[in-house]
Parts: sequence; C-alpha cells; structure tokens
Amino acid sequence: MQIQKSPDVYDAIIVGSGAGGGMATKILSEAGLNVAVVEAGPFFDPASEEQRTQLKWPWESPRRGASTTRAFGDFDAAYGGWEIEGEPYTRKIGTRFDWFRSRMLGGRTNHWGRISLRFSPKDFKHKSVDGLGEDWPISYDDVKPYYDKVDKLIGVFGSKEGLEDEPDGFFLPAPKPRLHELYFIKGAKKANVPVIPSRLSILTKPINDERGVCFYCSQCSRGCSVHADFSAGTCLIFPAQKAGGKITLFTEAMVREVLTDNTTGKATGVVYINKKDRKEYQLNAKVVVLAASACSSARILLNSKSKSHPDGLGNSSGVVGKYLHDSTGSSRMCFVPELMDRKIYNEDGVGGLHVYSPWWGDHSKLNFPRGYHLEVWGGMGMPSYGFGFNANFMNEFIGGKVGGYGNKLRDEVRKFYGSFIGISGRGECIAREDNYCEIDPDVVDEWGIPVLRFNYTWSDHEVQQSKHMHETFENIFDGLGGQTLGKAPGKDQEYGLLAPGRIIHEVGTTRMGDNPKTSVCNSHQQLHDAENVFIVDGGPFVSQADKNPTWTILALSWRTCDYIVEQLKQQQI
Amino acid sequence: MNRRDTIKSLLLGSVATGLAIHGCAPKSTEIEIPTKASTGFYGRTPEEIEYDEEVHAEEFLNGHELSTIAVLCDIILPANDTHGSATDAGVQDFIEFIVKDLPDHQTPLRGGLMWLDNYTNKTYGKEFVACTNEEQLAVCDKIAYPTKEDEASEYKQGEKFFTRMRNLTLTGYYTSKIGIEALGYKGNTPNVWDGVPQDVLDKHGMSYDPVWLSKCVDQSTRGDIAKWDEEGNLIS
Repeated sequence: MQIQKSPDVYDAIIVGSGAGGGMATKILSEAGLNVAVVEAGPFFDPASEEQRTQLKWPWESPRRGASTTRAFGDFDAAYGGWEIEGEPYTRKIGTRFDWFRSRMLGGRTNHWGRISLRFSPKDFKHKSVDGLGEDWPISYDDVKPYYDKVDKLIGVFGSKEGLEDEPDGFFLPAPKPRLHELYFIKGAKKANVPVIPSRLSILTKPINDERGVCFYCSQCSRGCSVHADFSAGTCLIFPAQKAGGKITLFTEAMVREVLTDNTTGKATGVVYINKKDRKEYQLNAKVVVLAASACSSARILLNSKSKSHPDGLGNSSGVVGKYLHDSTGSSRMCFVPELMDRKIYNEDGVGGLHVYSPWWGDHSKLNFPRGYHLEVWGGMGMPSYGFGFNANFMNEFIGGKVGGYGNKLRDEVRKFYGSFIGISGRGECIAREDNYCEIDPDVVDEWGIPVLRFNYTWSDHEVQQSKHMHETFENIFDGLGGQTLGKAPGKDQEYGLLAPGRIIHEVGTTRMGDNPKTSVCNSHQQLHDAENVFIVDGGPFVSQADKNPTWTILALSWRTCDYIVEQLKQQQI
Repeated sequence: MNRRDTIKSLLLGSVATGLAIHGCAPKSTEIEIPTKASTGFYGRTPEEIEYDEEVHAEEFLNGHELSTIAVLCDIILPANDTHGSATDAGVQDFIEFIVKDLPDHQTPLRGGLMWLDNYTNKTYGKEFVACTNEEQLAVCDKIAYPTKEDEASEYKQGEKFFTRMRNLTLTGYYTSKIGIEALGYKGNTPNVWDGVPQDVLDKHGMSYDPVWLSKCVDQSTRGDIAKWDEEGNLIS
C-alpha cells in the first residue's frame, strides 16, 4: 500500500503535545492558524473516569501501585517509561543513557514534579562567567516577558525573594511548610544552606473560571481531575479547543520524518505511522513545529534525509543530536528519632515539596563549576507497594530487636511511620559535543523507524558535584537531628550520581546559536537549514542551569510561536 | 460543572468504586470476581487491562503453598481488638497475585516454603501447616529475627524467606482498606492544608517564621481569582 495522502494543507503541523507542543497549539490556533497536532500516544484527560488515578486507594490496584507497567507505579499518570515495548534504543559500549518517554496527550507534563523555575541572566550566559559550555544567543531579557506571560496563563506558586539567580515572577501564594519541611529548614539553617518556598505550577488560588483550585491530595503526579496543576493537555490544548481553535488532533500517530521540497529545501509536511492500523500517512503544512522531546525531535530530523538534506534535516552542521545533557541527580535519606510516634493528621499538601533550596555555593572555593538545588521529601504519605518492607530495621538505631512477628509489628509500623526525611539534589551538567544521540545503523523499532543510539558519560564536573551533594545531605541531616541512612556512596559509584537520563531533563540536541556551523537553529528556534521548521521542545537549549527545564520550554515555545505568526503575516516563510 | 460539584463527584466516584470492589467481595474462594471488576477501573490503558487479565489468569502458587502462606500471614499479623488479621485483609490473595506480577519473588518464596516444610518434616515429622500452633511459632522464632550479614547462623536461608514473607504481608496489609484504617492514614481526600496543627508544632518545638507565613496562602481567600500589580505583587 502507498502512503495515504491527504489533500489538506495545514498552516502548521505540531509534532508532540507536551509542554512545547501544547503551548504551540494554543498560541498558533489562537492566532487563527489551522493546526494539526500529531501525538504518538493516546488521548488523555486526568478528569476522565476511565483514565483517572487521582484519589484511588492502593487496594484498587492488584499490585498495590507497584511499578510493573509504569515506571513510577500504577497510579502515576505517565504512560511509557524508560523502556517501551517495541520502541527500543541502544547505547555505545561503555556509556549509558536511559531515555524516558511518555506516549500520551500532554506527554511528560502529566506526571512531572511541577517545579517551575526561571533560568537567571547568568544561566543564559554562563560561558562568559566561567568559560565552560556555550552562551545562549539570547538573554534573560529576551525571555522575561514570556516567563511573565506563562506565570499568568498557567499559574505558579512561589515567593518574591529578590535573589539574583532565582528571578521572581507572578506568583500565587505558597502553601505552608509541612512538619518534615520545618525540620529540613532547621537542618539547612545549621548547614548554612538557604531555603525558600518552592515554585510549583499548582493553583493555590484560581487564575480563571475554567480550572479548579488545589484540594491538597498531594497527587499531582497522577494528573489532576479538576485541572488545578499544569499539564499541557488540561491547561493549553483543551482550552485552545474550547476557544474554537482550528485544531485537528492525531493521536497514536508516530511521526517518522519531515518531508522537504528538493528544490527549496523547505518542509512540506510529515509522514506518520498510525499505530492502530500500522499504515503510513502523509500530512502537508506550510510550517512544521517539532515538539517531540529533545531526543525524539533529533531522531526525526536525522531520519529526514533527502536530496536537499543528505545528512538529515537541519544537520548540515553535523550538530543534531550532540550536546545532549540531562540534570545530575542523587538522593539520600535520614531517620529522625524525634519524628517517631507522630500524631497522625492529614498532611498530604500539594504534590511535591513546599520548600526548596536554590543553589548557594561559591564556585571559586569549590572543585566543580556548576550548582544544584535541593528538593525535600518525607511525611505521612499514603502506603503503596513497598510500605512496611523492613518495618522495624530502624530498631538498630534505637536499640530494639529487628524482625519478629505478631501484633508488636503493628506498633512498630506505627512508630516509624513518617519519621524519614529525604533530600534530592538536582544539578547542572555542562553540555559536551561528545555526549550525543545518533541513528543506530542496525536497528529499527516496531514502526520500522531507525532508532537512537546514545553515547553519554559524566565528566569529573558532575561527579565532584554529586560528592558535594552527599556532604550537604549529611550536614543538613545532622543539623535537623536525623541519622543518615547508609554510607556515602564512594568514588567507585560516582558518588551516587544517577545514570544520565534518570532525571528526565534531557535537552540540547538541536541547540540554538547564531553560527549555522555550530548550531542547529537560530535564536527563534528556527532551523538554519529550513526556514519553515521550528523546534519548541528542550532540544534548542544551549545549557541547562540547575533548574528544571519546563518553564523555559514553555516561554521559548510561546516566543517562537509569536515569531512564526509574525513571519507568516509578512509572508517570510 | 463547578469545582464543588467536581469534588463531590470525585468523592462519590471513589466511594462507588470502593463498593464495587469490596461491597460484593466474597471471601477468598471467589477472589477472581472482585479483582476482575477492579480491572480497568483505576486508570488503566487497554494494554494494561489486557496485561492485568493475563496475570490474573495465570497460576503459579499451588493450593498447599497458598495455605502455608495464609498461616504465615496470620502469624505475622494476627487480628487485634480493633482490626482484622492479614488474611481478613486478603493478604494471601495479594501475594498470590504479586509473585506472578513480580516474578523475582517466585523462586525465593516457593523455595522458602519448601525450606520450611523440609525443616518441620525433619523436626516434627510433618509439614508446616500440619504442625500445632506452638510448633509453628517455635519454627518462626528461629527465623524471624534476621542475623547481620556477616554473622553466622544455620537458619540464614530461613531468615531470608521469613523477611520476605513479613515484607509482603505488611505491604499487603497496609495497602488494604483494613490496613489503612489500622494505620490511621488520614489523607487521600479533598481538604484544605493550612499548616501543621499547633499542638504538633509545640510538641516538636517548631514554629512558623512570620516572614515566611506572610508568603503563604491565606486560605480564607483561596476562592478569589488571583490578580497582580505590575511588579508581580499579589493584590487579591
């Protein structure tokens, strides 16, 4: 059978429906464009009774929430994970990268931690500060108006702190700290680590009549049925549809390549595989906006080979896939004797941390160049698979006997419930040309699409940073009266540094720049090699900062879409 | 639908689901019915529903193994004055499912059960389930208190098995309705978080910093639509 061709020509095809694609759908459709949104997974709305996991009880899952089919457990909203059946990827020998994909409307915005941080002026020009990595071709001032608009459109709680490296925005008021967070503040103070209210895109007050307000069930990772937290479907795509935008949604549609005109080199559309009937379809458009995630967009470009783009679309520089970088991450936990036998009350709060520590260090006195922030966790959460494992091993610390059986176990489960505090560090990795993804010449996925092969190693910058994280964890735990669990991971374990890809902040594969020889797209996220192709996911990031990337993806996507509309008006593309 | 209605329907939804699973759940003989009824009702994709059904249909542990597990579950967590036992909470059915779902449990659990029968056959001349309660507890006493990794013990394998049984029993119990009640967990319900109760703050010698509190949400105005001045100060 031939490729099924439709005679329609859309104004824009948007590939992917996560943060970048969702924002593009909203902005372009509101400008009157006729858009096609092509998503590789199914439709998803956390309010739908069939798909909702919010407020479910552990016993409603026969595996009690274990992570057999979903990486973060049965109740997590993310379909997909680090491994997806039929959609493999490979790694160069001796290197590791774990690639998380969510196949669903809204993509990975359905389950993320909602941590919504702006990059600072320094984050856009860090090479000018320490000579490492590369400066962005744009500055904080270029993005600031869009950060402001994203704050107001989507809603983020936080507090105005006036910190140079943590720019303030338009914040909703923050929730009060929980008890374990008060302990964390106490410990951090003793360790000279600053703590401020966290900044999460969760509505503590309404921002319009459409979306609900947080009712404090702590389950943002399950998706919110009253749409009180941010996900691209609920906050961008559904409102855009409701506003009457010309939006055609293609779900379970896996884009293989962007088609280009052999004379002009411009994009003419995309080919996708319909996962339901396993046939190929072609869509035509004036503009193609890639938002499939940093690595997926790089893969689509590299698989889009043609006479006019022999090395893959946008790859005349050979830079597509290179400079891949994920956040660093490591965690530790402590036991707090003062928290034993706590009074039990509902302290679910919002999904995730109410407080956090932005980076505080002085690199002139440290042996690693870039910082990290701290996220705290703990409290009296809802039990799920794994609860009660080694129920009383903390007896080791308090002189009791470990093990046993009978009703005494009830008392011990109760005694230790909510007496643990954990901290995770999330830091910046410097982008390197030799950390990359490329097309594996030997392997295709079940849709016949050549897969990615990764080559990624940490450098001493990141390893030393992780060592410092563990020193910080221990200092804070000491300061709050906790007993750190386990020994600090040693050099042989890269000081506890998680494998690349585990923090799911990968960016940089189609980086922006003014020089077409060393970058894939320009400062408007427009391909140097094809003026009607744009990338609005994390791919164009030049560097990553010690901040989560989503808020910057949203702001840059909006900025790019304004540019697309302007260029179409002027008939420049 | 306004927000209040949404929350109401959510609550009704979860109650209704609870009834669907538990209201008509007979005891262990017909366990397939409630578990099947729950399939697809906790946000499953079609592929996950299919997978759940496959796991349910599979058989791994046999009748003797399951009876032994049931006895062990209730030794580990018997009923007390206020709450039911592990088998009252259906823990044996959870274990039956989870060893199929997470096959890493299979050999250690099955082998551990054989280890147990082997031990009682040698000591008492009968299988564990046929032993008197005193005999069963005497065996458990030998393996319920794990020795340290570097410490020698002739019961090391038995200890490993018992620890696994205890882990699965406690996890199965405290993720059941009975277990959640026994624990006293108060969440998973719409509410308004307004800070740690004063008596808890006092007990832990904690207090809220007034400057910090001034940045926090005033829950009496949580329904007012947010508005800011040009500097980003909240004015509603």
